Amino acid sequence: MKRHLSKLYLLLALVAAAIIARYQSSIGPYYFQIIMYIGINVILASSLNLINGFAGQFSLGHAGFMALGAYTSAVITTSLHVSPGTAASYPVFALALICGGIVASVFGLLVGIPSLRLKGDYLAITTLGLGEIIRVIIQSLNFLGAARGFTGIAKLSNFFWVYAVVAIVIFTIANLVRSTYGRGFLAVRDDEIAAEAVGVDATRYKIIAFTTGAFFAGIAGGLYAHFVTYINPSQFGFLRSFEIVVMVVVGGMGNIAGVILAAALLTILPEALRAVAQYRMVIYALLLIIIMISRPQGLFGQRIDWGRIWRRLSKRPSPPAEGKT
Amino acid sequence: MSELLQQIINGVSMGSIYALIALGYTMVYGILRFINFAHGDVFMVGAFVGFFVAPVVATLVGGSGLATAVLVMVISMAACALLGVTIEKLAYRPLRSRPKLTVLITAIGVSLFLEYGGQLVFGPDPKPFPALIPSIMIVNSRYLVLSSNSVVVIGTALVLMIVLRYIVFHTRMGTAMRAVSFDHRAASLMGINIDSVISFTFALGSGLAAAAAILYGSVYPSINPLMGLFPGLKAFIAAVLGGIGNLTGAVVGGLIIGLLETLVTGYISPVYRDAISFAVLILILLFRPSGILGRHEAEKV
Amino acid sequence: MRRLIAWLILGAALVVIGLWIGCGGGGNTSEILIGEYSAMTGTTATFGQSTHRGLMMAVDEINAAGGVLGKKIHLLTEDTQSRPEEAATAVTKLITRDRVKAVIGEVSSSRSLAAAPICQANGVPMVSNASTNPEVTKKGDYIFRVCYIDPFQGEVMARFAFSTLGIRKAAILKDIKNDYSVGLAQYFEETFQKLGGEIIATQAYSEGDIDFKAQLTALKATEPEAVIVPGYYTEAALIVKQARELNMTMPFVGGDGWDSAKLVEIGGASMNNTYYSTAYSADDPDSVVQNFVHKYTARYDDKPDAFAALGYDAGLILFDAVKRAGSTEGAKIRDALTATRDFRGVTGTITIDSDRNARKPIVIIAVVNGEMTYKETIQP
Repeated sequence: MKRHLSKLYLLLALVAAAIIARYQSSIGPYYFQIIMYIGINVILASSLNLINGFAGQFSLGHAGFMALGAYTSAVITTSLHVSPGTAASYPVFALALICGGIVASVFGLLVGIPSLRLKGDYLAITTLGLGEIIRVIIQSLNFLGAARGFTGIAKLSNFFWVYAVVAIVIFTIANLVRSTYGRGFLAVRDDEIAAEAVGVDATRYKIIAFTTGAFFAGIAGGLYAHFVTYINPSQFGFLRSFEIVVMVVVGGMGNIAGVILAAALLTILPEALRAVAQYRMVIYALLLIIIMISRPQGLFGQRIDWGRIWRRLSKRPSPPAEGKT
Repeated sequence: MSELLQQIINGVSMGSIYALIALGYTMVYGILRFINFAHGDVFMVGAFVGFFVAPVVATLVGGSGLATAVLVMVISMAACALLGVTIEKLAYRPLRSRPKLTVLITAIGVSLFLEYGGQLVFGPDPKPFPALIPSIMIVNSRYLVLSSNSVVVIGTALVLMIVLRYIVFHTRMGTAMRAVSFDHRAASLMGINIDSVISFTFALGSGLAAAAAILYGSVYPSINPLMGLFPGLKAFIAAVLGGIGNLTGAVVGGLIIGLLETLVTGYISPVYRDAISFAVLILILLFRPSGILGRHEAEKV
Repeated sequence: MRRLIAWLILGAALVVIGLWIGCGGGGNTSEILIGEYSAMTGTTATFGQSTHRGLMMAVDEINAAGGVLGKKIHLLTEDTQSRPEEAATAVTKLITRDRVKAVIGEVSSSRSLAAAPICQANGVPMVSNASTNPEVTKKGDYIFRVCYIDPFQGEVMARFAFSTLGIRKAAILKDIKNDYSVGLAQYFEETFQKLGGEIIATQAYSEGDIDFKAQLTALKATEPEAVIVPGYYTEAALIVKQARELNMTMPFVGGDGWDSAKLVEIGGASMNNTYYSTAYSADDPDSVVQNFVHKYTARYDDKPDAFAALGYDAGLILFDAVKRAGSTEGAKIRDALTATRDFRGVTGTITIDSDRNARKPIVIIAVVNGEMTYKETIQP
């Protein structure tokens, strides 16, 4: 299996996103909306996967980064009065998204600093707290609409923007963790003290994971704000952070493809369960418990072995087991 | 001056509710080293058990009074103890050797299940909790008010803390709990039945949540299926602040959070109340990562 | 075994998703499809379920009376989980997959604000039952509401406190997390100050709080003549109860979010000397109201609160407009809704103004001896 995703992959993915975006109106608005949410959740879950799954830092503050990106980019596009479809909208939106990502990653740095001293549950509660602090501050700022929310955001997100970012996130994270350099993440996750002992700079890896993860979460927030066109601080509470963590754990921590599939599955599931109306969240919760008990390493484990799936599907005899998976 | 004194009374009575819930959190954490996010929801179930049982008990015993209150509390504690043990057996036990994050997600699942299940079964609207413990004004002047409710809640929190300390430090089960908390494998090699110790811990922790719920309902007579969410989170902060796994720490942490929130609300701004309690928590954790009274554990290679 | 369970789950999930993609659309032509999006679960489910119950009654009544345009009304309800993005998805589904002719919802302005642009873009009329933020109906000419807007109610509350109660120094205790409460507080303050009153202190709480003694103690020290609590009954009852425990005997004034029998059930005798503005009173002797209260109580074994009444009226006004439009075409229903004049609903005689907001008289209720009693009516 090839270790690196080539730049060709990224280019192809971007072109594909652009082509599909031209025909997005033929998808049907309802499915299209869900496809957009899937994309945004894939970005959120993949970026958290870098922090939680690869660097092993238990973070519950992802919604806070998302909020920062959402509000920053919304302020930029609304104050510049960008309307969708105009030529000027593309560079401005890209710039707004990146600004949102940068603001989020600055806070990611801030959140990353406690991770140098704290681990496990303590880090979890600290990140949860910082996420809540961000939300409370936004809620008290009148120029951001406070509790009444921020309305009138232009609908700038379309298929291209969301899936271009999805492609970039996957490309960045896959190449980051698969490089020799990126092995450091796994070393820090698996045994921080041993990693330090052999000269891996754990501090640096943790900070990189937090800033990169937060950056993409901020961009996801920007895409979300410009898709829903209305944001409100209560949309970025800790329950949202929980949802993203659930996607990562169900997909399998550190499993790039697994987390993407889980993000898609867990976005579709509540929609597909609409038919059972009031029972759907109870069923969703039960499924979550059953999945965790029957597949504690995530639905897809550490890595999806495409080769094995292919062999199984084509009914070829599987080669001798290579030991534990 | 009288305003400050009043605020301190307010803070202590709020804090003692947090302390009661925090005791349950901290016990489970001490033994299993995992955050039982569903604890706040067990607390909610305790309140609803009390709500449904109270009228029945009142007719059997005849009117409301101390006997009714105690009986309702005991029934609710028993029901929640059973619930806690069941949750542990079905949802947490199969994952005991797995990474903590896995168990945490399961706990979130259990929490969502109880919340949405509660909305389905009990309905989402708030229910008026019956007044089990009559409230008497102890001090009632123009400047200072102290109701018996606050005293009852603080008193119960202290009594429960002392009882728990007795159980943990002076009984055979308590010794076993401490042994398991210290080292699972060594404890099981010494012939301690880990499963039953953990079940006992869950029963005790969930029973405490129910006791807290009955007191909570008497002081704040409005209960709903999502009521466990915020007190649960606050109590968890309190447990971490006091040094998670430490019983006295949970009570101290609860009182500090209660006082802090009240004083921030009264003198700075209620807008930043939650932000400031989190900020204090983060600062304490950064400079004293194991909490105020927690034992510092060096990480072994 | 575990692997088997995992495959079973995955298989079941795929089947469910397959069915979900496969089905949908259509509906038969002998029915008029109306969509409702409502918070059936989540933090505000208690209000969402109330409006839903009211609406269900309206639908069943109109169908029992032969329906609209010779067709039965078929109501499709989607849950929003009390979340704005879910509201957007739910409304998109209702409009584009189920092809509903009109949409009813939501209680929360944040959810209505997320859904309104979708209704507007698709030319499907939307009638909000209880979203009071003025921004909601500014989203376009297809967006209507049957409740008050914050400025109107805030103004009426301020006038009532200033003139009828004779209050000059008031304190405000608002829910900082809730847009309805923040909005109402803002407009109350504006009018009250214009009248010559003074807001001597403002305190805040967050939805889900249960202890308000810290805020109340701070307010008490400023010695206000009245405390304004523009929030929901879920918190208001506890606030007043705790205030009385702190020996705060002054009147408390609230808005239509207070209107529920639960207010007195939870607050008990503490609620005496409190006032709130609302669109309807369950004790109103008017036959339209009593008829509604009787039917509702018989059906749900519960007294209807303001949300149930608004849910009911939202349905009735929409069905009336469809009848007058003589068509289920979006633009025609919109025009008929715009032309609604003096419609006799449970929450008053409603006229839709040029901003597509409901204009109707406001009722002031006073709690006396633990009973909600009618105090006065203020015309718009």
